[in-house]
Amino acid sequence: MFSISFRHMPARITSALAFTVLASGAIAQTSQPVKVGLMLPTSGTFAELGKTVANGFKLYVSENGGKLAGRTVQYVELDDESDPSKASENANKLVKRDRVDVLVGTIHSGVAMTMARVARDTNTLMIVPNAGAAEITGSMCAPNVFRSSFSNWQPGYASGLLAARKHKTAVTISWKYAAGDESVRGFREGFEKGGGRVIKDLNLPFPNVEFQPLLTELATIKPEAAYVFVAGAGQVKFVRDYAAAGLKNSIPLYGAFITEGTLAAQGDAASGLQTALHYADGLKNPKNEAFIASYRKVFNATPDVFAVQGYDAAQLFAAGLNAVKGDTKKKAEMIKAMENAKLESPRGPLSFSKSHNPIQDMYVRVAMGNKNVMTDVIVKALADPSPDCKN
Amino acid sequence: MKSLITSRERAAAIMVFLVALAVFPQFDQEFYTELVTRVMVLAIFAVSLDLLLGYTGLISFGHAAWFGIGGYVLALLGTKYQITNNLWLTLPAAMAITAVASFIVGLFVLRTRGMFFIMVTLAFAQIFYFLFHDVKALGGSSDGLNLRGKPTTEINGWVPFELTDTNTLYYFVMVLLVAVLLFMALLLRSPLGRALQGIRENEHRMAAIGFPVLRYKLAAFTLAGSLAGMAGHLYAVLSGGVNPELMSWHQSADVLLMVILGGMGQLWGGVIGAFSFVLLQEILSVMFKQWHLWLGTVIVLLVLFLPDGMISIFGRIKALARGRNP
Amino acid sequence: MDPSLFLIQALNAVQYGLLLFLVASGLTLIFGVMGVINIAHGSFYMMGAYLAFSLAAFTGNLLTTVVVGLVLTALIGGLLEWALFSHLYRRNHLQQVLLTYGLILIFESLRSSFIGDEVHSVPVPAWLDFSVPLGSVMTYPAYRLFMSAVCLLVALGMYLLIHRTRLGSQIRAGASNRDMVQVLGINIDWVYRLVFALGVALAAFAGMINSPVTAVAPGMGAQMLIVSFVVVIVGGIGSVWGALVASQLVAFADTFGKVFVPDYAGMAIYLVMAIVLVWRPEGLFKS
Repeated sequence: MFSISFRHMPARITSALAFTVLASGAIAQTSQPVKVGLMLPTSGTFAELGKTVANGFKLYVSENGGKLAGRTVQYVELDDESDPSKASENANKLVKRDRVDVLVGTIHSGVAMTMARVARDTNTLMIVPNAGAAEITGSMCAPNVFRSSFSNWQPGYASGLLAARKHKTAVTISWKYAAGDESVRGFREGFEKGGGRVIKDLNLPFPNVEFQPLLTELATIKPEAAYVFVAGAGQVKFVRDYAAAGLKNSIPLYGAFITEGTLAAQGDAASGLQTALHYADGLKNPKNEAFIASYRKVFNATPDVFAVQGYDAAQLFAAGLNAVKGDTKKKAEMIKAMENAKLESPRGPLSFSKSHNPIQDMYVRVAMGNKNVMTDVIVKALADPSPDCKN
Repeated sequence: MKSLITSRERAAAIMVFLVALAVFPQFDQEFYTELVTRVMVLAIFAVSLDLLLGYTGLISFGHAAWFGIGGYVLALLGTKYQITNNLWLTLPAAMAITAVASFIVGLFVLRTRGMFFIMVTLAFAQIFYFLFHDVKALGGSSDGLNLRGKPTTEINGWVPFELTDTNTLYYFVMVLLVAVLLFMALLLRSPLGRALQGIRENEHRMAAIGFPVLRYKLAAFTLAGSLAGMAGHLYAVLSGGVNPELMSWHQSADVLLMVILGGMGQLWGGVIGAFSFVLLQEILSVMFKQWHLWLGTVIVLLVLFLPDGMISIFGRIKALARGRNP
Repeated sequence: MDPSLFLIQALNAVQYGLLLFLVASGLTLIFGVMGVINIAHGSFYMMGAYLAFSLAAFTGNLLTTVVVGLVLTALIGGLLEWALFSHLYRRNHLQQVLLTYGLILIFESLRSSFIGDEVHSVPVPAWLDFSVPLGSVMTYPAYRLFMSAVCLLVALGMYLLIHRTRLGSQIRAGASNRDMVQVLGINIDWVYRLVFALGVALAAFAGMINSPVTAVAPGMGAQMLIVSFVVVIVGGIGSVWGALVASQLVAFADTFGKVFVPDYAGMAIYLVMAIVLVWRPEGLFKS
């Protein structure tokens, strides 16, 4: 049993040597750090969101000892300034100059779409941790582009279903830009599916925040409910203006992100507002509880949906890396693994559709104090149909 | 300020610069070659503004409008409406359309003076900004448009070169930059050019002599607009996309900065300004996290202490040297 | 359009216009008296809003907040004038534009570093936190009515200052002929400093008083800046009365633009400006 056959010695030695050489080649590659390009805003209106997303991503990595698939993670970070006109150079910087293994970004849809184009042209793996533009997993979808957040349609659709539970007519108010249009379209589909009818779509130029004229118009139309899509500073002002105009009690307001991260600033004006989103405060699953505790410990703040999206971007990337044991050259296998990944996200179970968009549960939340508390699930495993994607 | 630099020194510097520019892509650094291509496009943009600013004395705070329109012409022709994606049609179209647009706007704005002119040019640029931001037919989206591939250079089945190759695009832009500089040099020596400089020096005197000042200003405004349109078209080819921010007032401020950085009223001022501006941004963003703070500080210090631009540094250094060795 | 709806929209426009007036009047004063273009004017508006946010936590009282805020911003304004702007009077417009553009970058960075990038809000003072019913469905916040009243008072105050006080006549004289005023023994440097501080304080005051009904957030200065420039140009540089009229014109264009042609509402105020300038290249009123 333990005798060595001398006849096969040269072959065995040769194959042993060959194996060692090959293995060391593979080890040499996998012992090098894996480069993650974080292209997020650190200045301007979305700086806060950019920070939270990055925090979430880095949290996952540090929970794994700073490594993914045995390779140390090296971050290359860049401020995209939420400026679409600089997006191309910035993305090229990370891809061509810094040669990152994965491009992660960003918040602003216009920037993200340009990043996706660069990623497609250079066949770089890309994960979008926020920007909800339909095109990214729609007409512009690509095998190497994934999204760990949402498509604008999803929360809109869920909100439509929610509003249809109690109301038959609605008016939508949004900024006139792609995100607003897509969200409103989702709301309309969901609302009509629930048996309701959208009477009118009101909009104003992005990023104008003088809402008074529209609120006045809304009041004269007198629908049973209203759906709003504005973001950032606009959402704070809108909710407060809405309450100050006495509309909060007469025309119930629905939204998706409208109270996300801004409840403290919105105060009483937001209390009781119902929203539909893929995350909520008080979600009772073990992963979420661990995530919140971990995030609080490291960053001394409570995580929000953006932190979750960043965290899941890292999880998704890890799923791909683990499947190829860190060998980023095996792109096709990585992509396959990521496509089939079934992740345990703080938001609940997370998987991905053919267009590489999240399939996730949508929760109903009610604003209470400083939290958007989950009350129930409005729709399980919602996928964006992405009709334009030819993946 | 009379230049202390002799024309021989200047010719030598230009030669060195052109040779360096020609040789650069051979180092095969794709990212950096693209970077310098972008700088050259911005140089064309800055030189076009200098025609207005440095030579005619018109401070336009809306020059980015033509830059953006030039890019959008390509996007609309080649991608949105798919009329043509042929360079030999889109580039002249971009220049023609921006010429017409700047001519029409010029008719409105050139009646105003001083501070008003500055603000009115800003206002018209804002009109265009919102046109391309809000109106669907013009690609209206705050996210802009991604181009459907680079324009082809086909003529009747013969393809002289492919713009998809980084180095080819670089040389193409370089040829155009040199052509623009030659054009400017000739223009400035021409009667039109001299008249423009006369207007900058003393508009009233020129009018008193009988020069149709408005007509000359309009000519300069249109020419400058058209060249900016060329730059915008090239920028779109390079970036692969357009968006309304290309004509935002930030972009207009940036190109003003380039001109003042390089030195107004100097043929090479725009080129030096474009290189310095991009270099400055790169260095600052690498060094500091809050690089906007330092960019702002540099701008303030520049205006306070070096108002004639960086091109004056050479003269000043020479003066200092002379001062020490009489 | 329903007459009562029209009235409410008109009320919206008037209120917005009065706010614009506050910001634009400071700008036009600085333009008109010292001939300086200050693109950083929007940053002073932002400064006021952020001051209101920071001070509101301490004082809990609107009046105290405003008084402290005004004193602070006037001091900052005076300091900036002495350190930077006084050097700009003899410079050309381009240099003024660029230097003040640099200032915007600096202010935004400082704000980002020291206060952060989150969106904040300022509470409406308790005694004004009610609404007046307008029709069956809608109510109008009392605070906005209060704001409009305050803006009108400020407009009146400015008129009195400029046309009925000695300082006012010095300002008007200094605007037309700086050197002559100096020869007459008046310390023109201090007059300019005062005017600048006043301009800054006006913008900051607008930021403070508007803060309870808007969001205190990055980028708020830029939006206000461009609109106030349009107001100044339409009204005529240096004319406070022009700023009052123009701000209403602009506000109405914006408000009713949103109601009738929402797709083109963004351009509305610029079209108004273009039209006015074709008719009156120097603006509606002379200084």
